[in-house]
Formats: sequence, structure tokens, C-alpha cells
Amino acid sequence: MIDTIHAVQTPEGVDLALPVAGPAPRGLAYGLDLLIQGVALSAAQTLLFSAGQTGFAIGLYLIAVFLLVWFYPVLFEVLSRGQTPGKRLVGVRVVHENGTPIGWSASVLRNFLLVADFLPLLYLAGVVSMCVDPSFRRLGDLAAGTLVVHVAREPRALRAAAPADERERPVAPALPLTLEEQRAVIAFAERAPLLSSERADEIAAIPSSLTQGAEPRARLVAIAAWLLGRSA
Amino acid sequence: MKLAAFEAQGRARWDRLAVQLDALELGQGAADGVDVADWPALYRQVCNDLALARDRQLSSALVEELNQLALRGHQLLYQARAGQWWSLGRVLGSEFPRAVRREWKLVLVCHLVFYSLALGLGALAYRSPDVIYSVMDEASVRQFEGMYDPEQGTMRKGRGAEDDAQMFGFYIWNNVSIAFRTFASGLAFGVGAIASLVWNALSLGLVAGHLTREGSAEPFFTFIAAHSAFELTAMLLAGAAGMRLGLALVAPGAHTRLSAVRAAAAQSLPIIAGAALMLVVAAGIEAFWSPRLLPPALKLSVGGVLWALVALWLSLAGRARGD
Repeated sequence: MIDTIHAVQTPEGVDLALPVAGPAPRGLAYGLDLLIQGVALSAAQTLLFSAGQTGFAIGLYLIAVFLLVWFYPVLFEVLSRGQTPGKRLVGVRVVHENGTPIGWSASVLRNFLLVADFLPLLYLAGVVSMCVDPSFRRLGDLAAGTLVVHVAREPRALRAAAPADERERPVAPALPLTLEEQRAVIAFAERAPLLSSERADEIAAIPSSLTQGAEPRARLVAIAAWLLGRSA
Repeated sequence: MKLAAFEAQGRARWDRLAVQLDALELGQGAADGVDVADWPALYRQVCNDLALARDRQLSSALVEELNQLALRGHQLLYQARAGQWWSLGRVLGSEFPRAVRREWKLVLVCHLVFYSLALGLGALAYRSPDVIYSVMDEASVRQFEGMYDPEQGTMRKGRGAEDDAQMFGFYIWNNVSIAFRTFASGLAFGVGAIASLVWNALSLGLVAGHLTREGSAEPFFTFIAAHSAFELTAMLLAGAAGMRLGLALVAPGAHTRLSAVRAAAAQSLPIIAGAALMLVVAAGIEAFWSPRLLPPALKLSVGGVLWALVALWLSLAGRARGD
């Protein structure tokens, strides 16, 4: 409930979960892009005006400004799998609402309509729209049918480690566990290696009726191994 | 089924799909010696696995991994073919004129409002010398009076290639940006597009009227005759596209507001693309042709021909036989 997940149903009948990105990472990505555009512009300026401010140089510079302001986001989004350099740094990407890679039409629309998101001042419309919409879409996203999602991290190494020693061999729980309780035990076993050992012991001590006695942590991992169906 | 059994049975297929997706995402395929022939079938299997793993509440790490695989497969399998819409010839030859004709009522209203407003204000500025100062300050009035002075205005002296190139860049940056902003700000219930339309009519009408009154009609109209065919039309089309967005929001008809705006945005896109290209053409004409010192009759007739061509193009191009 508390996660911001946009579910997409595929033609295969499965729901794919897209983790949508909120105003903060998106604002950061936008700021980084502005910075990069600024650097690119001043580089173009030095390059073009190195031989003096001729009319040709000024004309070329203005065309460069035009292309950079309007088409930098579009070109990067379409050609670089939904990521401008800023979005790449922050780790977000633009996709169509059905999860497919963004195309020209949608990218042009969402980026041009950034003007509407700016109104009445300082992106007020865009921020309000993002805060109201459950998928954090700004006006441009709504009109173009796009989403900004977090890029998946490398699949986490969150697999319950194989039993390390004798004490962690699979053990059946002493009481019957509900599905939710089983999940909690498995999740604990998956995460235990990431916790400090004191904290892991502390948490493992909570379900005392399950662990019964000494070394609650090893006991929980052993129960998890049994629940996961590991052979002894 | 326990997780371990589930994983033992599926692991080979998940890893195989992951390898195939890695290759496909890099744009590699069978040609690079990667065996990808069966990946859609594998992908569908993985979708099944994902549904099972989720339903049985197996480890959340596994569900996340399978979701990731299915998502990557989904993106590859169902991506739109890029670039079909984007062919320039098709946009200019049929998509754009068709989109303009589909919005003919709105385009007509924009033209009527714009030109009657400009004409009325022009007449006003022609009759009384003070009207123009109500919207412009003295310095800018003096500046354009100087530009179009029939005896020694800058328009009478001609200018070099340097200035032409600079102005070309300026017209592209300035005019095309204005068109894009006019379109986008139409989303604010059409207000932005209407304001831009009114402001353009105001400045064009007042300047034209004022200059005519000062006896500069000839340098002014011979200057704008050619590029105005593209520039004014493109600006009005961008305004109409913006108003389409606003109208979809104000009066969505039988649709929800969201889907009305989406449809309007998709329909307006060819108009905006076409208007931008028209403005680039206009920038070229305005920078390299309009300032040339040529007989007024020639410049006016070139202008007339261009106006006629624009009208013919927008009303006829892309019609199917018997349309």
C-alpha cells in the first residue's frame, strides 16, 4: 500500500510492477540536465566565438541554443532508452504507460508540454500534478501517456544464504505458521546477512515461542531453510 | 510447491532468458551468433512463473527477479517500431495538411479573429498617430520607424551575408520557440494560445497601420510579403493546435478530460511538426530573401505566389482520390 507501484497488465495476463519515481529524483535529474545543457552551451560559445563574434558564429550559436533547449531531452530519451544524461545519473527512465520504451511522439509531447507544467510560475502546475497523481505524472506525462520509473537495481543478492553450519540445517517449525508468518521468517533469513549481528539477534529474539531457547537467530534461519524446501 | 523445487525447475530457463535479453538489448541477435530464436516462448513461460511465484508468495527477492525479467521481455516484445511516423516526406506531404484540415473550423476561427483584429487595429493606428504608444514605448517605435524609413531606413541600404546568417539563427530560435510555447501553453484552458494570438495581431496590426500612416508602406509590405505566407500561417496553426488542447480540457464531450486531452495532443502533433518546419522555411526567406533590394513588384508577386502555394498545399496535399 505504501509503495508507489504502477501495475501494467501484459497481454500474457501478468501484472508487471513499475516503481514510479517521485518529484524529488525527477527534480534532481532535471537540475542535472539543466547543468549539462548549460555546460554544453558555454562550450559551444567558446568554440564558435573563438574566431570573433561574426554574424555566422552568432547565427550558428542561436541554432545550437534552439536545438539544445527543445531537442536535447527528446533525442536522448528516444535514442538512449528513455534516459537523458541527468536521468541516467539519478537512475530513472521514461517509459510509455504500458511499460514499453518511449517513442518520438510521446517524447516530443511530454517535453514540449513542460512549458505548460511551468505555468503559472516555477513549475507549479507540474509539481501539483505530480503530487496529486498516484503515478507522479506531470501534465506532460498525462497528455503523452508516459511514466518516469526507477531503473531496476541489479537483482539484489537477497537470497537466503545456504545454511552456514550444522545449527542452520532445515528444521520444521514447532507451531503451524500462517502464510504471512512464513514470509516474515523467509524475509528475515534473506536480510539477516545485511544486518549487524546484534540487531539480527535482537529481531530474532522477538518470536520467542517459535525459536524456543538459545541461538534464536540460527534457529530462524534453519526454519526458513525448511520453509524454502532446502534439502538437509 | 516449495521455493527450492520451484527454483530448481525454473532456474535454467530464467538464466537462459536473461542471457538472451542481454544480447537483444544490445541490439544483437541471431546474426551475432546468439541463439535468440525461442525467447518469446521463454518470455511467456517466465510470465507464468512470475504469476505463480507471486500467487504463492514465494520469496520477494525471487518475485522481484522474475518481475525484472518479464518487464525487460515485455519492453522488447511490445516496443513500438520507431521512426514510422517521423518520416519527413509523409509529414509534409500528407500528415500535416490532413491534420490541419481535420481542425479546419478551429483554424478558420483563428484566421478570422487574427486578421480582423489586425485589420481593425491597423485602421485605428492609421487614423490616429497616438494609438501605437499605448502598447509600445517610444524607443521601439523610433527603432522600427528607422528600419522602414522610405529614404534612408536600414531596409533601403541592404545588408551583408554576415547579418543574414545571424538573423537566420535568431528567427529560428525566436519564432519556432514561440510557436512551441504557444502550443504548449494552450493546455492552460487555451488561455496561452489565445493570448499569443491576440498579442501577435496587436503588434502586426498596429505596426502596419502606423508605418502606412508614416509613408513606409512600401518598404514594410515588400519586406514581409514572402515570409509572412509561412510565418503567419504557421503561428496561427500553432495557436489552433494549442486551442485544441485547451478545448479538449474545457469541453471534453463524451470523453473523460484525460482521454480528450490525450487524443487532442496526438492529433495536434503533426500540426506542430509542420508549423515548426514552416517556420524554419520562413526564417530562411526572412533572412536571405526579404531584405534583398529588388523591385517592389517582383517582391510582392513572389509573396503572392508563396501565399497561394501555402494555401494550395494545406488544402489539397494528402487527399486521397475522390476525397
